[in-house]
Amino acid sequence: MLNQVPEAVVWAIFFLPLGSFAVISLAALLSVGGAIRWNPKLSGYITVAAIAVAFLFSLWVLDSVLQEDGRPIGFASHEWVRVGDLTVNIGLTADGLAAVMLIVVTSVSLLVQFYSQAYMHGDPGYSRYFAFMSLFTASMLGLVLSSNILQLFVFWELVGLCSYLLIGFWFYRDSARRAATKAFVVTRLGDLGFLSAILLIWTQTGELDIARIQELALTGAIGSSVIAFFAGGVFAGAAGKSAQFPLHVWLPDAMEGPTPVSALIHAATMVAAGVYLVARLFPVFAVSEEAITTVATVGAITAIIGALLGIVATDIKRVMAYSTISQLGYMMMGLGVGGFVAAIFHLFTHAFFKALLFLGAGSVNHATGTFDMRKMGGLARYMPVTFIATTIAALALVGVFPFAGFWSKDEILANAWKDQPGIFWTALAAVFLTALYVGRMLFLTFGGEYRGGEPSEHGDHSAEPHESPWVIALPLVVLAALSVGAGFVNLTDGFEHLLGGSLPQEARELQTESGFSFGIAAGSVALGLAGLGVAWLVYGLRRVRSEDVREALQPLPTVLERKYYLDDLYEGVIVKGVVMGVVVWGLGLWDRYVIDGLADGIGAFARTSGERLRLAQAGQAQVYGAAIFIGVVAAIAAILLANP
Amino acid sequence: MSVGLEHFLVLGAVLFAIGIYLALTKRNAVAVLMGIELMFNAVNVTFVAFSRFVESASPLTGHVFVVFIITVAAAEAAVALALAVLVYRNRETINIDEINLLKW
Repeated sequence: MLNQVPEAVVWAIFFLPLGSFAVISLAALLSVGGAIRWNPKLSGYITVAAIAVAFLFSLWVLDSVLQEDGRPIGFASHEWVRVGDLTVNIGLTADGLAAVMLIVVTSVSLLVQFYSQAYMHGDPGYSRYFAFMSLFTASMLGLVLSSNILQLFVFWELVGLCSYLLIGFWFYRDSARRAATKAFVVTRLGDLGFLSAILLIWTQTGELDIARIQELALTGAIGSSVIAFFAGGVFAGAAGKSAQFPLHVWLPDAMEGPTPVSALIHAATMVAAGVYLVARLFPVFAVSEEAITTVATVGAITAIIGALLGIVATDIKRVMAYSTISQLGYMMMGLGVGGFVAAIFHLFTHAFFKALLFLGAGSVNHATGTFDMRKMGGLARYMPVTFIATTIAALALVGVFPFAGFWSKDEILANAWKDQPGIFWTALAAVFLTALYVGRMLFLTFGGEYRGGEPSEHGDHSAEPHESPWVIALPLVVLAALSVGAGFVNLTDGFEHLLGGSLPQEARELQTESGFSFGIAAGSVALGLAGLGVAWLVYGLRRVRSEDVREALQPLPTVLERKYYLDDLYEGVIVKGVVMGVVVWGLGLWDRYVIDGLADGIGAFARTSGERLRLAQAGQAQVYGAAIFIGVVAAIAAILLANP
Repeated sequence: MSVGLEHFLVLGAVLFAIGIYLALTKRNAVAVLMGIELMFNAVNVTFVAFSRFVESASPLTGHVFVVFIITVAAAEAAVALALAVLVYRNRETINIDEINLLKW
């Protein structure tokens, strides 16, 4: 038990990675100019060191919050901007929810950065990579710690910017540039909703402080329609960031970034931000029936469609991406059925096993040079550490006892059963589908015979795949341990107690209460094992040819392979049709006729008037004389007429 | 009938009109000069008429003015005719339509 954490230490959690970003960028810039000599390896060391310290500080915060039973530690807020009536304060939130998020972000980030040192070895953008990663982590930590919704929004956008920079890290690839732009634009659509929500709540209540907004919502001081619209706008933002249907399309494409970036985006930062936001404003959602039902429904839809897409993807990282979409759907669904603790618990466990899955995929890529599962196979023999770690993560994802996912997923299921049985059955179906795609991924990658691989995305590799170096393997082992162990933290309801403390008293009663249900647990594990079994039959034993299954189920597989035609809808119909067709066409007309017309008109006027007036100056002295004469006569006549 | 101020003024106006008509319409530079001389004399007639008919503290001012104008006009005629001769030598014409180098 340590003393209560001082405010400066909490600020340091945010400023350490930010400082690392500043130092690395500055050093990299100066070294390009030749002012100093900078070994890129230092960039990696600085990043890892900064985040390691931030992690230790986060543990301190957790310790202090535990002593408070999860209730917020009171930190004064500081005035940031004052414009007229508007005063914006910035401050820190340190309660159970923030502490858990801090641990998730710093620990996963630490492992990912450590791993990156080997994965990005020799990349020409090594320093740039670590600078962006530091900024990414810093923005996420800032977001978690914000006590003011406008402050949160600033970090929210910063997270979006960093994801853009990192997804487009290999910007010389056309696909990476496109993916980065897509992620940016799609999440921006949601952010529009979030921003409107902030403006709405400010005009209605004049409050931007999150705790005050919660309080006002709970006491009924805000009208129910205002709450519904506010919650809807916030959820739009969260749906964009957390890749909820129908804004999930950016996430699979985000795989264009380096694999550790994917791990970070999918586990600890970016996508977790949306879930965190909804959780942070849980009291606001909970008092609005429409809002909370929307969250649950969208979450359930997302869980199902993500899992279905995972079954047909051939790229191992895309399978993971769809898996993330599906699991984020789970978390949203958990929040939607009132399972505040269950959802954050799932976010907590998911962070570890999903990071592990991605780092495992990166390790596989390091060895084979490809992400295409059709070119892998048989890797269990060559890469035992990666194989075992990935299998543990996969079992955790499926939710097999006693791995981490089992505990958190079951809590969500139990809450759903209590609150909305319709949602529960959807979630159960998603459990089976999850097991199916996870099994497929495992058997295709690690089972059977090695099918070749390809030249690596960086550096060369020998024909025979081999285990990755220890810098890559160590984070895998640590994460594997966490994927097993993270589920036990709520065995004695300690986690629940900690998180519950971060909700105001009135909001605690809005949660769905449910105990451990043996029936649901057994059922979901059985379903998960059944899914794995089916995958084993098709991809492991090859008793059933997958092509036959594909044929039998037509046209479903084709629809899935086309990703429900959503990309075609967005790009083909909305972007090409509506935006390019109508909007751009209209703007084109405006530009051609109004803007160009104005510019051309001015030129034409000057030219024609010049042409006409030129005739007056023919160099004929007599014409000039006549003009002078007429002018004088006219002037005299005018004077005489005016003075009769 | 007695000859009054109006008669002189009308004569001056008619002479001036004929002069300006010549100056603005004739193609021949010499004819233009002749028109200009006519306008001089129209002004002179008007001057002496006013000098004769209008009461004034210094009644001779108009006459003096006319003498000056005649002197200057003689000088002007000499210069202008010399110019006409020189232009003719250079350009083989004194048609002022063709002497239009002043434009542009």
